[in-house]
Amino acid sequence: MPVPVTIRVNDLYKRYDDVRAVDGVSFEVQQGEFFGILGPNGAGKTTTLEIIEGLREADSGEVTLLGMAPWPRNPAILPRIGVQLQATSFFERLTVREQIRTFASLYGVPPGEADKMLDIVGLSDRAGARTEKLSGGQAQRLSIACALVHRPEVLFMDEPTSGLDPQARRNLWDLLRQINSEGHTVVLTTHYMDEAETLCDRVAIMDHGQILKLGPPAALVRGLDSPVRIIIASGQLPAADAAQLSGGAEVNDDGVSLTISTRDPATILARLAERDALAGLQVRAATLEDLFLDLTGREYRA
Amino acid sequence: MRAAGFRSLSRAMLLGFVRDRGALFFSILFPVIFLLFFGSIFKSSGVPKAKILEVGHVSLLEQAQTASHGALASVLTVTKTSDLPAALSDVRKGSYAAAVQQRGSTLVVHYSAADQVTSGVVNTVFSSIVEQANQAETGRPPAFHLTTQQVEDKSLKGIQYVTPGLLGWAIASGGAFGAAITLVTWRQTKLLRRLRLAPVRIGAVVTARIGVSLGVALIQMAVFLAIATIPYFGLKLSRDWWMSIPLVACGTLAFMAIGMFVGSFAKTQQSATAIANLIILPMAFLGGAFIPLDYAPTWIRDVSYVMPLRYLVNGMLNVMARGERAASALPAIGILLTFTAVLTAISVRTFKWDEI
Repeated sequence: MPVPVTIRVNDLYKRYDDVRAVDGVSFEVQQGEFFGILGPNGAGKTTTLEIIEGLREADSGEVTLLGMAPWPRNPAILPRIGVQLQATSFFERLTVREQIRTFASLYGVPPGEADKMLDIVGLSDRAGARTEKLSGGQAQRLSIACALVHRPEVLFMDEPTSGLDPQARRNLWDLLRQINSEGHTVVLTTHYMDEAETLCDRVAIMDHGQILKLGPPAALVRGLDSPVRIIIASGQLPAADAAQLSGGAEVNDDGVSLTISTRDPATILARLAERDALAGLQVRAATLEDLFLDLTGREYRA
Repeated sequence: MRAAGFRSLSRAMLLGFVRDRGALFFSILFPVIFLLFFGSIFKSSGVPKAKILEVGHVSLLEQAQTASHGALASVLTVTKTSDLPAALSDVRKGSYAAAVQQRGSTLVVHYSAADQVTSGVVNTVFSSIVEQANQAETGRPPAFHLTTQQVEDKSLKGIQYVTPGLLGWAIASGGAFGAAITLVTWRQTKLLRRLRLAPVRIGAVVTARIGVSLGVALIQMAVFLAIATIPYFGLKLSRDWWMSIPLVACGTLAFMAIGMFVGSFAKTQQSATAIANLIILPMAFLGGAFIPLDYAPTWIRDVSYVMPLRYLVNGMLNVMARGERAASALPAIGILLTFTAVLTAISVRTFKWDEI
């Protein structure tokens, strides 16, 4: 039995004045999938997401969400989706508990359930605090809790970790993985490559309103067939020796670190080990960042 | 679920309002300070008493004071002195309206023409004192008598203008700013968009906001009436004053409609506040809230007919203070509701869910 399709987007177009925000986008998201839309600012990912959610009307193309058309505002869809917007989308001057209970009641969810959701996102100890007093990470978690309080089948998130410190980002990633593992389909946009690589089952890389590449992050990167970079601290062996032992691979020494780009990392690592020249070792495989560079011919800028 | 949504939205908005010290101050306390201030100023309206100096012994004045059984004291405040040059200097400086002196059988009134009303009052009072003394001197009963009868006093005391005027202004600001700022803030924080993606009817969101504003307006009204009717201010509510409750409700709707209109296109809180001020403040001056229309220049009275605030203030004035019947407020209510309907229809067209 095939996995049911939760979202189907077919040949979507949307233009604002003379900007083609979405320029012929098609993809499908399966039930239970963690799907990412990745791209720099202005790539068209937010507009795509908003059309799927039913906040905007497409100029042309087809969108079905849970088998229905999201536009115009479709009350049959709304209770089945959860949307996390910015961390500031709260009622003013309410406490954390009042906030989530208010959202819960909009979906007919009893207050007890709402309080449980605070537990899940780890905010029970802040329940009495005004939302204005929360840290960025806490506010983001509350905002996700408010989006999840009615246990939606699909959760949409627009750049959930932007502006968070690394620790808070990692905590949030754990939470998102947990939510996805409980069976919620999750769709997020992000401009962080590492986030997409860590979280998503599949990723659509967007730029200028078009999808450049679509697939599981690991497969996309592997398909790139780019060299692995081995980096050690400078001064352990002369550049000439390095060039010799790496058998013609590209070697670069900037005085701080010596970088060898190779398609045969195992051999070179073994030779470096023989010479006991592994101080400061880092091994870097290609990332989505390299993929983006390869696809667009320019550096990725978030 | 619908009713629960409406209830929790109302609760959320009410808590948001009550916890906002700034909003509480500007919608309740600030107008009340105005009421206390203007109420005290206009308390002693009418012709002020003339302060005069009695230089030396003025027997005619003293006889008149005794004979008038204190009536003279309601017109004149008399201070005794014996220093004529100092007294004249005080009159020149305007500290006293006149200095009075008796030289034998002649009463001399030194006055300054700077304040013509007061000096007129003083001169009239003293010439009548002299007339009466002359008449008494003849020993004959006076040939003519003057009897005065007071008709029922229909003119209004200061507090009767001040209360509906300032209350109207308070309700106008509360309604307009409340609606405009809520709308703009919710659009900025994307809460509006969040609610659009929740299974809640937009009608429920709007009615919840209206409910909160109506509640605030009725509290404003209760506070105003409670203060204005204390004996110190002395507002006496006329029989059909309760009709000002539906007037306040309709006025709140009308000014919320103004706020919605402003909020439908204003992008930031600052611009919403500025635009709402630009509408409300001139209206407060031209619509009879700060300047009673009875005393306003004709052009203001003409302009006031296009100001919704006029109908709120004047309607309240009629039923609260002028003693008019409840039905007299119906045209004002009709105009306020029509205004609300028209402006709401316009706002629905200019309304934006999102910034862009």
